[in-house]
Amino acid sequence: MREELIISGRMNPNIDPVLHIWHWQIPLYLFLGGLAAGVLFFAALYTILGRGKELKGAVQYAPFVAPVALVLGLFALFLDLKHQLYFWRLYTTIKLQSPMSWGAWTLLAITPLSFIWAALNIRIIFPNWDWRFRWLKDFEAFCRKHIIKISWVILVLSVILGIYTGILFSAFNARPLWNTSILGPLFLTSGLSTGAAVIILFSKSHKERLLFSRIDLVLIIVEIFFIVHMFMGFLASTQVQIDAASLFLGGPFTAQFWIFVVFLGLLLPAVLEALELAKFKIPAVIPATLVLFGGIMFRFIIANAGQVSRWLY
Amino acid sequence: MANRREFIKIAGLGLGGLVMSNPAINAFTNTFLQDESSLLTGGMTRTPTYCEVCFWKCAGWVSQDKEGKIKQITGNQEDQHSNGRFCPRGTAGAGMYYDEDRLKTPLIRTEERGKQVFREASWDEALDYVADKMKSIGEKYGNECTALLTHGSGGKYFGNLIRAFGSDSIAAPSYAQCRGPREVAFHMTFGEGVQSPERTDIRDTRCLVLIGSHLGENMHNGQVQEMSDAIDKGASVITVDPRYSTAASKSKYWLPIKPSTDLALLLAWINVIISEGWYDRDYVEKYTYGFDYLKEHVKNMTPEWAYGITTLKPEIIRESAREMADSAPSVIVHPGRHVTWYGDDTQRERAIAILNALLGSWGRRGGFYVPESVDIPSWPHPPYPEPKKNWKDAYPGKYNLAYETIASGICDATIPSLSKACNFKTWIVNGTNLLKTLPDQQKTIDAINELELLVVVDTMPMEITGYADVVLPECTYLERYDTIRNSPHREPAIAVRMPAAKPKYDSKPAYWMAKELAKRLGLEEYFSWNNIEEMLDWQLKQVGSSLEEMKSKGVKTFKRSYPLYFLEGEDFEFYTNTGKIELYSTAMAQEGFDPLPVYTAHEEPPRGYYRLIYGRAPSHTFSRTSNNINLTDIMEENSVWVNPRVAKLWGLKNRQEVYLENQDGIVSKFPIKVRITERIRWDSVFMVHGFGHDNKKLSRAYGKGASDAELITKVHTDPVMGGTGMRGNFVKFRFEPAKNEKVS
Amino acid sequence: MRYAMAVDTKKCVGCSDCVVACQAENNVPHGYAREWVVELVEGSYPNLEMELRSERCNHCDNAPCVRCCPTGASHIVEGGIVLVEHNKCIGCGACITSCPYDARYSHPEGYVDKCTFCEHLVKEGEDPACVAVCPTKCLYFGDLDDPRSEVSKVIKNRKYKTLIPEAGTDPQIFFLT
Ligand SMILES: Nc1nc2c(c(=O)[nH]1)N[C@H]1C(S)=C(S)[C@@H](COP(=O)(O)OP(=O)(O)OC[C@H]3O[C@@H](n4cnc5c(=O)[nH]c(N)nc54)[C@H](O)[C@@H]3O)O[C@H]1N2
Ligand SMILES: Nc1nc2c(c(=O)[nH]1)N[C@H]1C(S)=C(S)[C@@H](COP(=O)(O)OP(=O)(O)OC[C@H]3O[C@@H](n4cnc5c(=O)[nH]c(N)nc54)[C@H](O)[C@@H]3O)O[C@H]1N2
Ligand code: SF4
Ligand code: SF4
Ligand code: SF4
Ligand code: SF4
Ligand code: SF4
Ligand SMILES: [Mo]
Repeated sequence: MREELIISGRMNPNIDPVLHIWHWQIPLYLFLGGLAAGVLFFAALYTILGRGKELKGAVQYAPFVAPVALVLGLFALFLDLKHQLYFWRLYTTIKLQSPMSWGAWTLLAITPLSFIWAALNIRIIFPNWDWRFRWLKDFEAFCRKHIIKISWVILVLSVILGIYTGILFSAFNARPLWNTSILGPLFLTSGLSTGAAVIILFSKSHKERLLFSRIDLVLIIVEIFFIVHMFMGFLASTQVQIDAASLFLGGPFTAQFWIFVVFLGLLLPAVLEALELAKFKIPAVIPATLVLFGGIMFRFIIANAGQVSRWLY
Repeated sequence: MANRREFIKIAGLGLGGLVMSNPAINAFTNTFLQDESSLLTGGMTRTPTYCEVCFWKCAGWVSQDKEGKIKQITGNQEDQHSNGRFCPRGTAGAGMYYDEDRLKTPLIRTEERGKQVFREASWDEALDYVADKMKSIGEKYGNECTALLTHGSGGKYFGNLIRAFGSDSIAAPSYAQCRGPREVAFHMTFGEGVQSPERTDIRDTRCLVLIGSHLGENMHNGQVQEMSDAIDKGASVITVDPRYSTAASKSKYWLPIKPSTDLALLLAWINVIISEGWYDRDYVEKYTYGFDYLKEHVKNMTPEWAYGITTLKPEIIRESAREMADSAPSVIVHPGRHVTWYGDDTQRERAIAILNALLGSWGRRGGFYVPESVDIPSWPHPPYPEPKKNWKDAYPGKYNLAYETIASGICDATIPSLSKACNFKTWIVNGTNLLKTLPDQQKTIDAINELELLVVVDTMPMEITGYADVVLPECTYLERYDTIRNSPHREPAIAVRMPAAKPKYDSKPAYWMAKELAKRLGLEEYFSWNNIEEMLDWQLKQVGSSLEEMKSKGVKTFKRSYPLYFLEGEDFEFYTNTGKIELYSTAMAQEGFDPLPVYTAHEEPPRGYYRLIYGRAPSHTFSRTSNNINLTDIMEENSVWVNPRVAKLWGLKNRQEVYLENQDGIVSKFPIKVRITERIRWDSVFMVHGFGHDNKKLSRAYGKGASDAELITKVHTDPVMGGTGMRGNFVKFRFEPAKNEKVS
Repeated sequence: MRYAMAVDTKKCVGCSDCVVACQAENNVPHGYAREWVVELVEGSYPNLEMELRSERCNHCDNAPCVRCCPTGASHIVEGGIVLVEHNKCIGCGACITSCPYDARYSHPEGYVDKCTFCEHLVKEGEDPACVAVCPTKCLYFGDLDDPRSEVSKVIKNRKYKTLIPEAGTDPQIFFLT
């Protein structure tokens, strides 16, 4: 028998007996960030590709979600801070090695752009909208003129944001479950997938819906591929990573992960989307909602299980 | 007042105490606060003290910030007990001072609407009450029917009071529940006891043999430090313990003995050392008496014989004997300290003493040094009256070899019976939580019920206070002067304790209580000093120091007047009948006991039961620290250690809560968490002593863990000196509380 | 200059005095701890081995907690001591999750706290509180760059290990075995 125990001293709240320093705020923040990144990515992409007119849902409607998601996400992040009065300290340094830092800066850049994007499309909702100040009108005109350049900036930032939501975890060697480079691409893919799901909900034409169902299907398949890869990586690795993987393979997170994330969040929507592509009549809301549900569960479960996985004791 | 007393929980009393207290009595407390010690370290003041968290009495410093808040307690570099480093309990001492559950004001038991309750009282009232009662009880039964049960510094003053009053029945649980058998056995053998601190020269030893003494968990500071130094210097440690103790894990040889069979191992070691000729011939020849008897006595007690009893392999017994012999005379077969285990403890300790004698370690470097203390005169007082009887009259012809009073004997003598001639009617209990300290709780309660007066002097609302007629709150050691510490050591040295803070609430030091009582009993002449400073200063001046000097030094070390070890070939007269080290004890023979130790088998656990073994955790002292916030942070409850095999049999899980039930059907009041560990044998369970408090007023300790004391109902009394063997109790697991026991 | 600590597991008795002293010295609130004691038991009765270790922040040479801190509150000072500047810390918890040893905790006042190697004492040439109090003298502290320091000497003469070297943090607390 091997018995290793902390015999005294440490029962620090939220650290012991297992780490639980990040509660709902961080996974929610990551979900919303990934979702916004996905939405903005497609909006920018199709603008660059010049298909803005035909894909109205993606380019004009869905992007309204982005600023809302980003602001809510930032607010969740703020709630997570335990020394909130010092929040501004985030913006007194740029620390490239700190995902938290460049995430904060990326958000600082992409959030105003998402507002601008929404503003450019505001007349879709309020046809009689008019900017009250002259300089705003000038600014709108300026933006419209440079919309392709702006789209490129958004495209790059949204990829950074999407990857960041995964890197935030995978940068932590300390948590064997997170310590895999697949987490970055996986979260990016998942973010794009949730973004596509939002677009499906906002899509204005059947054609658009089918396009995004197809995109989503591919993304889901890629995600599944990454997940399988991740587990193979863990199981071929050191004991601590095997232990980490076993949280999902018989351990306490098994049911939640396989039912909520893999089955309800990936397999079922994939099947439904495939059926839709095969011309069956499926209400688009269902797979899209499932994808969103799966996306949020995924982040919660990875956040919690990652904190449980450890090296010592 | 009714003799049948109910246990009363002290609840919410004492908040008004400060207002009620008598200003005249309070005035003295301020004298010592006038000029704070001048030694400033970074804006901090420091006051000398010696620690009262256990009885090792380390000297140290209390550091306070500018607001007078006690920040730290640290060791005094000059002190041989601590060498400048306190143990965790001493470091955490301020937790006692800050404890908001402390006793705050004197309390008197009264009857209100048919229910017994405590009422707050002023000191004048409480002391008048006690003095009047003592007088009237004395008139009725004789003053010698007063007993003092004490553990701690204040006992000196109450002792003086009781003696002046006409009784010499003064008992400490550190005798018959602790080191009594060892002291008697070493007296029988070497004519001197081991004393406290133990005269073991661990620092310079080459081989340290620990028989059940779990140094490292037993955190008696100097010994633990020296064991560590010895390990550093390459000394080997041999540990005999059925449990894989901390010391066992540091040992070259760990002998996982079957509990209760140590005497067989010791005799086998003696056998090997004699038959292999490994003993110190010159030493044995020059200093000892009865070697041939011994040789004859042990001749068949071979390691093979012991194997069948102890389950220890003969090779290990031989090899470890060789290890000792190779290191001799720098070897210590440690006598242990809490040695009241199985009732034949004096005999086991005799075997230890004999083994040391054969190895020639007594009086030798790396063995047992010759300690020396300072001669400090007491403040002059008239001679004490001669008591007409004392506790020994309860046991005609028995325990003649016990040099100190046995606390359990006071209980026995309090319960009237035809054969017992001395019935105590008054107890003063100072600093000992008898309910957790004495085995067989019911007997203690029965004895208490026979009393006409029970005065309890304590700092905390411990269990014993609930049985008191009068509770007198003592201030903690950080708030008072006390007797000069003068313990024997390598160098004679003294240490002082001075108040670092004013007593909190309405608490007072023991010396003040004793003096005030003496005044009321017409015994002022025994306390003829005006104030404690005067007395201490006078005493210190007799040995060439002063209160002033000690205030800045804390500890003063003196020159030795005789050598630390026996000189080569020195003639030496031992204080025994023969003047020799008695391998064969003539005094034991005279009293009708085996003059050479004989192994007797002890009862084994019945089927489905496990031997209840208890011990110390390094971060707690008995029951006294279990409410100390600095230490509950480290360890807030005890657990019951269970071997994985046993756990499997009972289907126990780690941290699962169980109740323990002993052979007499007594069930622990509280559940205790299971710790499944390989560190304990499958025939025993282990728990740390001192937990499972049942007084709700102890807000952190209440209901935390379980109490070993309540499960020790069977006592194996040592016929030689009355020690209470406590390890012959057996428990099994239970998954629900006792039937008619409401755990409220 | 490179401060480091060595813990002699052969002498440590697991008494936790170091923990108590640290709490007093550094005003660590009750219920929190900057250091702790670990007991490791291996084998089966009676063939057992036990290791006792007093643990704290490893003041890693390659400290992920410092790298991941978005504000620079976690930083390294003279001698490689890893510290947290309280009023730069936003309490984001990134450093807590990044430490493989779980050596940091969230102070009730919001910032993150951890062992400072008692920098305030070390600056004055004194030993850290835990080192100064340890009754078995099993903690050694000093400058690794100074071959005469206590810690350099024991590291040179004894076998030692560090905790989870595979995490790549390059810890500066050495456990003598
Ligand atoms: N931290 C701390 N230290 C203390 C104290 C404290 O309260 N707290 N109290 C102090 C006092 S007053 C005393 S008397 C000492 C007591 O401490 P010691 O004299 O060192 O120890 P004991 O209580 O006699 O023994 C406890 C050990 O005996 C083992 N044991 C049990 N049964 C047997 C047996 O049959 N044979 C053998 N060989 N071993 C057995 C147990 O497993 C345990 O390891 O501690 C002192 N030190
Ligand atoms: N079951 C069991 N019984 C045992 C032991 C065991 O291991 N198991 N060990 C035995 C041994 S070795 C010993 S030495 C004895 C020890 O027995 P005790 O000395 O009785 O031990 P404690 O339980 O610490 O009780 C001390 C009491 O003193 C009080 N006190 C603390 N400081 C002060 C003070 O400054 N002034 C006053 N007036 N009171 C104070 C505490 O509040 C507490 O009520 O117990 C023995 N009994
Ligand atoms: S050994 Fe510890 S508790 Fe006992 S007197 Fe010394 S410092 Fe105090
Ligand atoms: S004080 Fe020393 S012996 Fe005690 S636990 Fe800490 S390091 Fe170990
Ligand atoms: S032990 Fe943890 S907190 Fe300390 S320096 Fe290393 S990573 Fe940072
Ligand atoms: S909690 Fe404070 S110290 Fe830790 S990473 Fe965040 S800002 Fe830095
Ligand atoms: S070095 Fe100081 S802060 Fe660090 S554990 Fe030791 S006492 Fe605590
Ligand atoms: Mo004792």
